[in-house]
Amino acid sequence: MAREKTTLNLTSGSWITRVFVGAFIVFMAIFILGPLFWLAARAFATSWTFPNLLPDGVTFKWWGTIVGDKSLLDAIRNSLIISPIVVLVSAFFCIPAAYAFSRYNFFGRKTFLIGIFAANAFPTIGLYAAIATLYYTLNLMGTVLGIIIIQLLGTIIFMTWIPAAAFSSVPRNLEDAARDAGASKLRVFRDITLRLAMPGILVAFVMSFLASFDEATGTYLVGAPEIYTMPTKMYALVLNYPVQIAAVFSILLAIPSVILITVARKHIIGGHLAEGFQIK
Amino acid sequence: MSDNVQGAGLELVGLQKILGGRVIIDNLNLTVKKGELVSLLGPSGCGKTTTLRMIAGFLIPDSGQVLLAGKDLTKYGPEKRPSAMVFQNYALWPHMTVFKNVAYPLKIRKMGKEEIEKRVHGVLELVNLMHHKDSRPSQISGGEQQRVALARALVQEPDLLLLDEPLSNLDAKLRIKVREDIRDLHKRLGITTIIVTHDQDEALSISDRIAVMNEGRIEQFSTPQELYDQPATEYVANFIGSLNRFEGEFAEGRLIEGASVVGIRPEDVFFHSSQSAGSYSAKVNLVVPRGHFHEVYLTRDDVKIRAFMSTDIPKQGDIGFATISKALIYKDGKLARTA
Repeated sequence: MAREKTTLNLTSGSWITRVFVGAFIVFMAIFILGPLFWLAARAFATSWTFPNLLPDGVTFKWWGTIVGDKSLLDAIRNSLIISPIVVLVSAFFCIPAAYAFSRYNFFGRKTFLIGIFAANAFPTIGLYAAIATLYYTLNLMGTVLGIIIIQLLGTIIFMTWIPAAAFSSVPRNLEDAARDAGASKLRVFRDITLRLAMPGILVAFVMSFLASFDEATGTYLVGAPEIYTMPTKMYALVLNYPVQIAAVFSILLAIPSVILITVARKHIIGGHLAEGFQIK
Repeated sequence: MSDNVQGAGLELVGLQKILGGRVIIDNLNLTVKKGELVSLLGPSGCGKTTTLRMIAGFLIPDSGQVLLAGKDLTKYGPEKRPSAMVFQNYALWPHMTVFKNVAYPLKIRKMGKEEIEKRVHGVLELVNLMHHKDSRPSQISGGEQQRVALARALVQEPDLLLLDEPLSNLDAKLRIKVREDIRDLHKRLGITTIIVTHDQDEALSISDRIAVMNEGRIEQFSTPQELYDQPATEYVANFIGSLNRFEGEFAEGRLIEGASVVGIRPEDVFFHSSQSAGSYSAKVNLVVPRGHFHEVYLTRDDVKIRAFMSTDIPKQGDIGFATISKALIYKDGKLARTA
């Protein structure tokens, strides 16, 4: 069912092509990987002053500093608690909505669907400023609940649109066949629809987690100075701590993303989503 | 019909269904005997699939009833009905193996593991697919997928078996083989079966009775032979087998203007070089070889008529005599008499 792909052979052709392709690859490597290497190097460097090409020494002491600093540990703990909660709450409300969007026609369906999309197209800083004024009235400033709500906003589009597409990709007749075999509607959803839509839903979970985990602007507006998460703590870190601490923190911030994407990769590419979305 | 009658009799009473403002099914009545194999035959849009879906429970009729063995099933969803359906594109679950696909209905009924294995193996052997029981649907051929779908339906030991266009996705040779398989299976198991098809060959070759449908109504419900010999309406005569259609009346071998419609089957037209009782002069316009018979186009007084002949095939341009052994005469669309 997947369309045949034409193999692009970039290593053949005239020498000019090869030089350009090579130069482009080197440039992209430096552009993308450069800062990452710099970051990794800084995280383990004793000091590294310009104009030295390499750091002066290797050390783990910056990692120790983080473990010893309560405010940093608090920020890490907050992030690791708040983000899963946000994702679960988001899933609880949005996935049934996604199913409704996918399988049912109701008054206002198109409006809601586009509305969710439009809300994300709005500049977030303006949105958050407006929400902040509302929060003052509701006494939500500086509370975990306030942060959860603000982060939810960023996850709604992922938790609605992506699962809706995933549900829509499950052929109706597969559900019909399950009903004919004796399964109740709930059972059909669990055994057939959800199972086949799972890759798309996993993508939605990963995207939503990252959206919540990395969310800084709204969380800073609402949370600071009482509650910090890892991204918002970064603001303070960069100003008040040595740059190596910031580098370590950056790496810590990236770890959940890397883990999630590596784990999810197996389920997303290759398998039913691949067949459904024609990606191999 | 089979000697081993199982299942229950199906009765459709006054079914009505309106979809999108259009009347799809209009006061449809049908009684299927226990153990019978009945086809719903008609072109696309005649309502046969809608009827099947109402029998299966995917559609609730606006009025009317669906009764199985006397029990009113009309308000029940498909999961509560003792019918099992084989879908047109098989609808096998891609994330399950063949075994799991067939076992699923039994799993739902909370059957024990050994019992499930016994029943699934039994039915897989019946359709000759034991060697594929651990394969995925994407790994087996279309014909094999259909057998899995059939196995999945049969494993439920249904009172009613529903087949939606079972042969339409198969190539010509496979179609004939699967047709025979369905007929043999029905003979063995004797389950009341309803088949939806647009292919008259398919329907004629395996059905005990056929319901010929047109625009949401059943035009005729009879055995294949009756449908062929005594088509109740012009539509049925046209749909089953081939027909030469003339508007008017045949008198003394000449076509006269009239209100009725005359239908003559090509097999009932004969051409001879010599005259005989009741024959008329005719000229051969065209001869088309069709394998085991020839299509011979005859003209008589500007009236063109088609004959099927398998012996003494004339050549184009021959002049001779034509005889008509049987004509169907229709008044207002209904069969008035045969001649």
